[in-house]
Amino acid sequence: MRTGLSVQTPTAVSDTGNEPVQLLTPLGARVESPEYDSWVEDVTADDLLAIYEDMVVVRRFDNEATALQRQGQLGLWPPSLGQEAAQIGSARELRQDDFVFSSYREHGVAYLRGVQLEDMTRVWRGTANAGWDPFTVGMATPAVIIGAQSLHATGYAMGIKKDGADSVAVAYFGDGATSQGDVSEAMVFAASFTAPVIFFCQNNQWAISEPVGIQAAAPIAGRAPGFGIPSVRVDGNDVLAVMAAMRVALARARSGGGATFIEAVTYRMGPHTTSDDPSRYEDLGEHEEWAAKDPIKRLEAHLDALGVLTDEVRTSVKAAEDDAAKRFRAACIALQDPDPMSVFDNVYAEPNSGLERQKREFAAYLSYVEGTER
Amino acid sequence: MTELTLSKAIGAGLRRALADDDHVLLMGEDIGELGGVFRVTDGLKHEFGAERVIDTPLAEAGIVGTAIGLAFRGYRAVVEIQFDGFIYPAFDQIVAQVAKLHARTDGAVKVPLTIRVPFGGAIGSVEHHSESPEAYFAHTAGLRVVSPSNPQDAYSMIRQAIASDDPVIYFEPKRRYWTKGEVDLELEPLALDKARVVRHGSDVTLVAYGPLVATALDAAEAASDEGVSIEVIDLRSLSPIDFDTLEDSVNKTGRLVITHEAAQFAGLGAEIAATITDRCFYSLEAPPQRVAGFNTPYPPAKLEEHFVPDLDRILDAVDRTVGRENSLTGFVAR
Repeated sequence: MRTGLSVQTPTAVSDTGNEPVQLLTPLGARVESPEYDSWVEDVTADDLLAIYEDMVVVRRFDNEATALQRQGQLGLWPPSLGQEAAQIGSARELRQDDFVFSSYREHGVAYLRGVQLEDMTRVWRGTANAGWDPFTVGMATPAVIIGAQSLHATGYAMGIKKDGADSVAVAYFGDGATSQGDVSEAMVFAASFTAPVIFFCQNNQWAISEPVGIQAAAPIAGRAPGFGIPSVRVDGNDVLAVMAAMRVALARARSGGGATFIEAVTYRMGPHTTSDDPSRYEDLGEHEEWAAKDPIKRLEAHLDALGVLTDEVRTSVKAAEDDAAKRFRAACIALQDPDPMSVFDNVYAEPNSGLERQKREFAAYLSYVEGTER
Repeated sequence: MTELTLSKAIGAGLRRALADDDHVLLMGEDIGELGGVFRVTDGLKHEFGAERVIDTPLAEAGIVGTAIGLAFRGYRAVVEIQFDGFIYPAFDQIVAQVAKLHARTDGAVKVPLTIRVPFGGAIGSVEHHSESPEAYFAHTAGLRVVSPSNPQDAYSMIRQAIASDDPVIYFEPKRRYWTKGEVDLELEPLALDKARVVRHGSDVTLVAYGPLVATALDAAEAASDEGVSIEVIDLRSLSPIDFDTLEDSVNKTGRLVITHEAAQFAGLGAEIAATITDRCFYSLEAPPQRVAGFNTPYPPAKLEEHFVPDLDRILDAVDRTVGRENSLTGFVAR
C-alpha cells in the first residue's frame, strides 16, 4: 500500500522541521509514523537482513580502503563511515533504469548500483580517470567539484521527461554543496521543468572542518519549498526512514510530480579524507553522541529484537564481509599502472589534429629515452 | 545559393540541425519567443516548439550543467550564452565538466554540446558585452573552439559543431552579424579544424579570425597599394589550430602578423608566434608581430576604437616586419 500519501500536489509533503523523520530509534525500537508506515509495510525481516549485510560489507570495504591508503596502496581515500544507512537505504530503492549523479563519498550507492569494489578505488590509486562505465551501472563517475553534479542530474531528468519515461535521476551531495550556486540553480531548473529528480543531501555535519552551521543557519531541507520543491528531513542513520522518504520521492517523480529534496541527517564518523585530521576541529563529545546513533548498530538491535539475527546469520554476514574484503584487497593491489601514452586517450571523442602531433612527439621522446620503438 | 546575413546563416544552420536530428535541442535565455537578443534563433520556437527551443532560467551554469545531463541522456544541446562577458558563471561547468567528462569517464560519455557565444567589441555597448574570452577555452583540453568570419562558414560550421561528438565553443563575431554573403546550403564544407587562405600574397602572412578577418582583408588591400603583398589566413578553428597551413604560408612569406581583439598577453597570438617561430625559424625574416587588445579591461565605448585592432594598427605591424618606418622606429623601450 503506497497510496496513503498523496503525490498529486508537489507541496503536499514537506516535512522540514527540526526533528527528522524516524522509524527506528537509536536503540532499534520501531517508532510508529502514520505518515510513513504504509510506505515500508512490505519490508520483511529478510529484506532487513539483506540490507544489514550490505551495510556491513560496505563498511568493511570502506575500512579496508582506508587501511590500503595507510599502506601506500591508495593515494587518498574519502571514508563513508557512518553514512551507510543513508546510502544503502536510498540506493536500494532505485531501479536499473534510474540514474545516479554522485559526489565522491557514495561508496554504498556505487556498491548497490553494481560497481565492483576495486573499481571504486581506481581513481584513488591513480591508475585511471574513471572507475566504471556510467551506462553499465546507471551511475555517473563521481563529481569532485562540489555540487556540480546536481545540474547534471537535473538535465538528465529533463531528458527522461522528454522521452516520456518514468525513470528518475538522483543527485547525491552533502551539506557543504548546498552553499554552492549549482545546487540552487539545479532546484530552479528542476522546479521550472517539473523534472523527475531527487536531490539527496547527506547532511553529515561537516564540510572538511566546517560544521554545518557555517553552511546553513536553518534546516537545509527548509530551502527546497521556496523553490517549489517538496522536501523532507529524515534521520539518515535510520535505514527504514531513509527508505520511506526515498519511496515517497520516487513515487512522486515517477508519477509526473517532479522533484523532491531529501535531507538525510547523518554524521561523518571518519575524516574528510585520509589526509584530514579531525582532532583539530571535532568535538569528541559530539563524536561519541553520534557513535551511539550508529546506523549499523541500530539495525542490528532492531533485527535482534525481531529475533532474526541468529548466530547462523551473524556467521554468514561475517563470512560475506571477510570474503568481500579479501577479494577487494587482492584486486586493488593488482590494479596496474597505465601505459604512459594513454595520457592522450579519450581527451576527445573524435580525432584531434592538435593533440596528434604532441602525441607523436611524446612517443618519439619515450622511444629516445627508453631506446625502444613505440 | 542564397544571400544571407551572418546571423541568418547561423539560424539556417540551426534550423537544418533541428530538422535533421530529433535529439538536437536549443537552450538559452530569450531564445524562444524573442528569437534571442540578436535574433539568431528567430522563428525557431514556432517551427520546432518550446520543447526543442527552450527558454531557460537566467543561469549560465544551470544552462550548461543541465545540457550535460541531457547529453548523458543522448541529447545534443546547442546552448546560447547571451553575451561573451556572461559566460563566466558557467566557467566551471564548461572547463571542469563539459571539457573533461569524456576523459573522466575513460571515453564512455560523449558531450556533443555546442556553446554559442556572440563575442567581440566595436558595437558601442557597455561592460561585459564586448569581450573576447576565447583563450580561456582554447587553453582547456577537451574543448574545440571555432569562430566563423562569413555567412557561408557560419552556416557550415554551426552544423559541423553540432554534428561533432566533442564539445565545441562557437564564437560568433557579433559586429559582423549583419554582414551579407552568398550561402550554398548544400556546399561540402572544409573540415572544421582547417584554416583557410582567404587572400594569397607573398610578403607577409596575416592571421586573423572572427570579426577581424574583414579588417585583415581591408589591410591587405591597402598594403597592396603600397607594394606589400599580404597573405591573409582566416584561422576558423582556434583549438586545434591548423599550424600546417600557417607553416606553409610563413615558409613562403617569411613574415607573420597575428591579430585578435582579445588581450595580447597569453592570447592565441602568443601561441601562434611561438609555434611558428619553432617551425619556421630559418624562414623568418622578422620577429612575428601581434596586434591585439591591450592588457586592460575592455574600455568604455568611446575608447574602443583605440582598443580594437584596426587597419592602421595592423599595417603598422606589417611595416615592422618589412623594415619600413613605423610607430616604433626609434622607440626606446627601456
